[in-house]
Amino acid sequence: MSMRGEVAVIGVGMTKFGEHWDKQLRDLFVEAALEAIEDAQVDLRDIKAMFIGNMGSGLWVEQEHLGPLLADYLGIPGTPSLKIESACASSGMAFRLGVISVAVGLYDIVLVGGVEKTSDVTHGESIHHLASVADREWEAFYGMTLPALFALIAKRHMKQYGTTREQLAKVAVKNHKHGSYNPKAQFQRPISIEDVLNSPLVADPLRLLDCSPISDGAAVAIIARSDIARKFTDTPVYVLGSGVATDTIALHDRDDITTFKSIVLAAREAYKMAKVEPKDINVAEVHDSFTIAEILAYEDLGFVKKGEGGKLIDEGVTELGGKIPVNTSGGLKARGHSPGATGIAQIVEIVLQLRNDAGKRQVSNAEIGLTQNIGGSGASCVIHIFGNKR
Amino acid sequence: MNFGERIPAIYGWGSYIPIYRIKLDDIAKAWGEDPVVVKKGLEVEEISVKGPDEDQVTIAINAAWNALKRAPEVNPKDIGAIYVGSESKPYAVKPTATIVAAAIGAPVTIRAADYEFACKAGTEALISVIAQVASGMIKYGLAIGADTSQSWPGDVLEYTASAGGSAFIIGPKSNSSVAYFEAQYSVATDTPDFWRRDEIKYPRHMGRFTGEPAYFKHITLAAKELMEREGFKPSDFDYFIPHQPNGTFPIRVALKLGFKIEQVKPGLLSPLVGNFYSGSSLTGLSRVLDIAKPGQRILLVSYGSGAGADAFSIVTQEAIEEKKKLAPTVDYYVNRKKYIDYATYLRFSNKIYGL
Repeated sequence: MSMRGEVAVIGVGMTKFGEHWDKQLRDLFVEAALEAIEDAQVDLRDIKAMFIGNMGSGLWVEQEHLGPLLADYLGIPGTPSLKIESACASSGMAFRLGVISVAVGLYDIVLVGGVEKTSDVTHGESIHHLASVADREWEAFYGMTLPALFALIAKRHMKQYGTTREQLAKVAVKNHKHGSYNPKAQFQRPISIEDVLNSPLVADPLRLLDCSPISDGAAVAIIARSDIARKFTDTPVYVLGSGVATDTIALHDRDDITTFKSIVLAAREAYKMAKVEPKDINVAEVHDSFTIAEILAYEDLGFVKKGEGGKLIDEGVTELGGKIPVNTSGGLKARGHSPGATGIAQIVEIVLQLRNDAGKRQVSNAEIGLTQNIGGSGASCVIHIFGNKR
Repeated sequence: MNFGERIPAIYGWGSYIPIYRIKLDDIAKAWGEDPVVVKKGLEVEEISVKGPDEDQVTIAINAAWNALKRAPEVNPKDIGAIYVGSESKPYAVKPTATIVAAAIGAPVTIRAADYEFACKAGTEALISVIAQVASGMIKYGLAIGADTSQSWPGDVLEYTASAGGSAFIIGPKSNSSVAYFEAQYSVATDTPDFWRRDEIKYPRHMGRFTGEPAYFKHITLAAKELMEREGFKPSDFDYFIPHQPNGTFPIRVALKLGFKIEQVKPGLLSPLVGNFYSGSSLTGLSRVLDIAKPGQRILLVSYGSGAGADAFSIVTQEAIEEKKKLAPTVDYYVNRKKYIDYATYLRFSNKIYGL
């Protein structure tokens, strides 16, 4: 069966991403959920199931069993509710499972969300927790952290395709500029190429401003059967395509580390289901956990040929005003990266764009949007394609 | 705030900063960090280091002697209380205050104790003395904030934790007092931003959590509480002296509260000598008294991790002018310096031991 157009997003909400010292994981989730419920104009009792993406609540706040916890704190104990984990792609995966549950007719209205609370521990502990998305035995154990893995990818991409240090910096500059238009972004200040090149070295060639932050935050979408969506909203956003794939967990087991096979495979499934091609995408949110990851995404999503991602950023194609604006929210780099919430935060942005609700960062005449959310160093990937027409 | 008939006032003030300095460049070099990045982040150039024969007690005593020099009308025999705030006492149990009392010739009929509240222990000592003067329990009292600040080798704190302190002789306001207290307000919450567990040598901290929810929140709350309750606005003060953990936080909190940089700079010592923990904001006050004119108003706000802040409104008097020259100024100590390398720093600050 094809799920194309069977499910619609009828409401979205999210917290500002950043350092929420005064809020717990449950508070962040409820804040985002209530905003989405109000946006969708649904009653709490209309929600028949909850799918919650979360990467590491057991590590960061030593709280598991998020399904019942969050249903309880939202005020709907008794509702089927569970946590989905796929590293930084957790809530993108939760969204897919929620969509499937509605598409097969199990539920009419479902809440899909993502949440992460990371600021209760030291930076060192956070880096250690994040490294659990890599291969603990063969990568993290030997000191490989996420920045180090992406640094290897960047080095190889630079050597193989001539991608330059400046091109990487331009990704961060673009996303910070976009973030300055987003009131929910963690960083709302523009930066320059020099700022990136002069920021502290993290893992050569990646510098501090090449790396996304590790943020607190939550994001929620309310989804419904498309045939009832207009009861709740005049601007439903339809799920046209969905794709998921995995790759080897360890980077060293891959034939080519300048491509994420999981993105290529998931994109193939999503484009086929949506019956669209890369050239049809008007706006995209991609997983720029590091600047090199956005360059890879351009290529693996088929926006350009392999190796030409750097050229795309040089030509301004992915800036607001360009042909395919990418990461209009500011992306992981500037909006912030709350591992469990990032996937839905991307969906929130695309829904706002397709509803013409994105304010200063609105892409004109956007009709088809894409979200691409990866886990770890690309060992998992989930992609969704949305349209404002069914 | 009504202190009643006996308005507490400062009679003498004095500071002491050890002669030794280490440049942040040398600490950064030892740990393989980029000194430009480190200094840009902290806005501190160098820090004071205690000598091999110095500790928190010798710093407190030297500061007390200087304070007494500026209060010639106060006979040490008339001092009724000595309180010392610190987080680096050489003895875990045995007060520094009694050693200071003996060194300055205070009578045995005194109250003496040490205070602990991270970096605001010194202003807690000051509040105790102020209260006892105002209530008539004592005629004069001595309050001291002094530290040989501790830090884990290699921790970011190592770039700012330094040694120094200040002392204040407090008595009832008169023509010979140099500045009187108008108001004092405090805030405290359970905030775990920085701590040192029992039997552990160096403090731990929670990185960026020490910023917004800790330092900025508490200083802002205490400063606003004082200004709102007393009907003051930032422009009513000639000087604003917040706690100084580095060179950037004091400026940021000042701008956030609506002060101008010119109001903060005179009392800002951390870029020159680092963070004296309990002695930090009090030495800022001492430096401002070194240059203040009669009739000026000062807002002092300490911060202590754990966490809380003490805010004081202080007005200078005529007698300040003649007393300035009676003891070495803070800047005398700031400019009196000998540079040491990182290995010597490790030895002087007891981070390594020889035979």
